[in-house]
Amino acid sequence: MLLWYGTDMSASKLNPLQPRTPLPSQVVKDDEGSLVAAAKAGDIDAFETLVGRYERKIFRLAQNITQNKEDAEDVMQEAFLKSYQHLSEFQGNSRFYTWLVRIAVNQALMKLRKRRPNQVSLDEEVDTGEDTMPREVEDWGPSPEERYKQAELGTILSSTIAELEPPFRIVFQLRDIEELSTEETAEALGLSIPAVKSRLLRARLKLRQKLNRYFKQGENS
Amino acid sequence: MNCKSIVREISNYLEEAMEPSLKTSIEKHLENCEDCRVVVDTTRQTIQIFCNSEPAPLPEDTRVRLRDALFKHLNKLRTGPRA
Repeated sequence: MLLWYGTDMSASKLNPLQPRTPLPSQVVKDDEGSLVAAAKAGDIDAFETLVGRYERKIFRLAQNITQNKEDAEDVMQEAFLKSYQHLSEFQGNSRFYTWLVRIAVNQALMKLRKRRPNQVSLDEEVDTGEDTMPREVEDWGPSPEERYKQAELGTILSSTIAELEPPFRIVFQLRDIEELSTEETAEALGLSIPAVKSRLLRARLKLRQKLNRYFKQGENS
Repeated sequence: MNCKSIVREISNYLEEAMEPSLKTSIEKHLENCEDCRVVVDTTRQTIQIFCNSEPAPLPEDTRVRLRDALFKHLNKLRTGPRA
């Protein structure tokens, strides 16, 4: 099992009656715009800085979508090469990282469809019904992830997300891991906004259910 | 507002994408329903655990192959096709 996750839970303050505190972006730093501008002007070092900053995230994204290490590596290489080739077309209407994610997702979906041509169709109707109604309702305590070592938690998260079917896994990846907006996710995947929302809800509830076996209080502590 | 409706609205509630009146109804239900409180809480934790997770470092051989591929490509662009 490859490990794609570590965690920093210092921002977690969980209370269901309090609104979710917006999380500081873990990806985009203030100098992204100037690095992109420099790279566009031909500064290869600036582009390499961007590669170094995002390679781990792009590899994890590709791995989570394709579920195959070799494909993920190809996807990452192709995404960075394509982004460099097409840098002049990047208008700065979104974050560079969002644009890069979209390129990587396209590459990853092509790989996935090649491997599983009859199984991967993102736009077909999916059942978002009753099976997501929570069956197990147990409190996890305030910081359940701290019960695990980082590598162990990484294994839990990557194997848990791998259990989701592609339409749910990919929407969750873009919305809740890469932090794309609903609109950006819909555009990237060619889905309607209601379709993104229903898949996301189901993905969240399914993952909650799957994580319950690791995080419920009194277990594994 | 019943438990089933709460589950349907969890995403909107956590993202605060709803009318204030609906939010108030949900919170009223949550005050009195421990099961729904736990479901909302653990769903929020699920999102945060994934969202806060940091990707592991690239395997060294993967990193080397990426650099090689980029270097080769960028070098080709730098020297350009000779007429």
